[in-house]
Amino acid sequence: MTERWNLRESYTYDRNVIAEIQRAANTGIYRIRGWGAKRELPTLDDLVVLGASMSRYPLEGYREACGTDVVIGAETSERPVQLDIPVTIAGMSFGSLSAQAKESLGRGANAAGTSTTTGDGGMTPEERGHSKTLVYQYLPSRYGMNPNDLRKADAIEVVVGQGAKPGGGGMLMGQKINQRVAEMRTLPEGIDQRSACRHPDWTGPDDLEIKIIELREITDHQVPVYVKVGAARPYYDTALAVKAGADAVVVDGMQGGTAATQDVFIEHVGIPTIAAIPESVRALQELGVHRGSVKLIAAGGMRSGADVAKSLALGADAVSIGTAALIAIGDNDPAYEDDYRALGSSAGYWDDFQAGNDPAGITTQDPELASRLDPEIGGRRLANYLRVLTQETQIIARACGKSHVHNLEPEDLAALTVEAAAMAKVPLAGTTWIPGVS
Amino acid sequence: MTTFDLASTTLRELNSALHAASDGTFTIVNPQGAHAVAAGIDSPIDVTVRGSVGYYCAGMHQQGTVRIEGNASTGLAENMMSGRVHITGNATMSAGATAHGGLLVIEGNAGSRCGISMKGVDIVVGGNVGHMSGFMAQAGNLVVLGDAAGDLGDSIYEAEIFVRGSVESLGADCIEKDVEAEHLATLERLIGESGLDADPAEFRRYGSARTLYNFAVDDIDAELAAAGGAS
Repeated sequence: MTERWNLRESYTYDRNVIAEIQRAANTGIYRIRGWGAKRELPTLDDLVVLGASMSRYPLEGYREACGTDVVIGAETSERPVQLDIPVTIAGMSFGSLSAQAKESLGRGANAAGTSTTTGDGGMTPEERGHSKTLVYQYLPSRYGMNPNDLRKADAIEVVVGQGAKPGGGGMLMGQKINQRVAEMRTLPEGIDQRSACRHPDWTGPDDLEIKIIELREITDHQVPVYVKVGAARPYYDTALAVKAGADAVVVDGMQGGTAATQDVFIEHVGIPTIAAIPESVRALQELGVHRGSVKLIAAGGMRSGADVAKSLALGADAVSIGTAALIAIGDNDPAYEDDYRALGSSAGYWDDFQAGNDPAGITTQDPELASRLDPEIGGRRLANYLRVLTQETQIIARACGKSHVHNLEPEDLAALTVEAAAMAKVPLAGTTWIPGVS
Repeated sequence: MTTFDLASTTLRELNSALHAASDGTFTIVNPQGAHAVAAGIDSPIDVTVRGSVGYYCAGMHQQGTVRIEGNASTGLAENMMSGRVHITGNATMSAGATAHGGLLVIEGNAGSRCGISMKGVDIVVGGNVGHMSGFMAQAGNLVVLGDAAGDLGDSIYEAEIFVRGSVESLGADCIEKDVEAEHLATLERLIGESGLDADPAEFRRYGSARTLYNFAVDDIDAELAAAGGAS
């Protein structure tokens, strides 16, 4: 190997960069892929939790109660959303996902006592049937949108944007637009579907306020209304969502996943989750609704109970997972390594969710591939994962002396980097310094 | 017939009553520009609104008939599924947005984005339509007896647009198409159902060139490999 030391990879033009330039030159089209941002970003790993010590009193890890429930819409809705755990399943469409994958998500969420969410393309009967608590996304495209399904929902999520692509619309490539998906979306079969990026009948927060009134009127004020934004200007977006009447604001950081979007969008638009949560919390606090009538659901790169606990400590009421949920039910499973290799990828790297040829049967409409995923097993795996996330969150909360995970607070955190301290607005570990604040 | 006076009845009371009704005739007076009036109807009831309304009047309408004797603001009959919505005056932007079915009749003018993302509804406009009408329209018919402003039918899918007057400009991927016998029959039916008056032969038809349906992807490497050159 010593002779290889004469080879030096360029920091500016590394092998990924070179490969992308070559790919672009060959095809003339920007790279489209799934997953979320892959480059190194400030994350919740840059924070640590300050466990109890002399000045704080911990709770017994296995014996003392530590509540995890979340209620959304109690003040506005006849049927508020009641979750047993502070982890929800993010919106992912039938179309981008197989019916088996949607069923797995529903089964897992049910078993763990949380909600799942529809996506761009409407609600399927199977999805409704397998999800005890189902959030219905109200998207710019309005594909498959109808008042009958709206009334079947347990909550409505008005989607303004998502973390993988704030300012961008959905995308579903022709390989996945089979007859059923096409009919649900009133589109020709096989087209490369590019959804609208903004709503067709409202253009700003004043309009959104009226839109939410309409949605509540049509559903007879039965269920809560969420507003989901991709993290770009979370302080203003959260404040405006509250002003518009939202019961919950979902803020999705740039690590948030997608089924298909331009790579340049995924990697370069939006801000990291760690930077978004405190700004949303600041808006909620200034409006006097934090930990009160309006809930904050943080999303984008949530992987572990540590991420959940830190998000709650920063001020979120719950988190939402998408990519991690897909991994839990079988995405990037090493058991399919040969298949991933055949596609020019490898387990742990595969992100071509747009291609419709998912070896794990999750991001596909191919019946043979989809049949590889057993929804019962997928659901059990997801339920197990959700339980672990909840247990880990409780472990951290108890260590901080909290009898409910919502009692976690910024005071329980310290930052490992100056950047994280500035973004999360918690002190750099070992100091009292919060850049820009103290 | 039941009358609701929105000067003394709340919107919630009104819509609750309309949602609960399975049949009957209702009149709404003093709407005073209220939003979401008669939104979410899902039964064969007959509703007349005497006066002008705000946003989303007859939103997500199904089965019944709503007649507005006045003007309407944004999103008239947005996402309607079936039945009929008829307005005697003008409608501002996004009338009939994303609507899946039924018939929307606008006797006056419609503002911008009329029929945006329409998914099967039939819309007949007695006057003109504003810019970007029929934007991303997926299915259904938009019939305009007057003129159309700029970028008509931008990024249109399989909806059909018929305009009797002038068209300022067509949007991306929207082209003029021949009017065949089936289109004349469609026009005759829709004009007749609307209660308006026009000669189908005076309309021109616009629809999708279908050039945006799929990404244009080159593959130089494959071409070279096939030719036996470098890949």
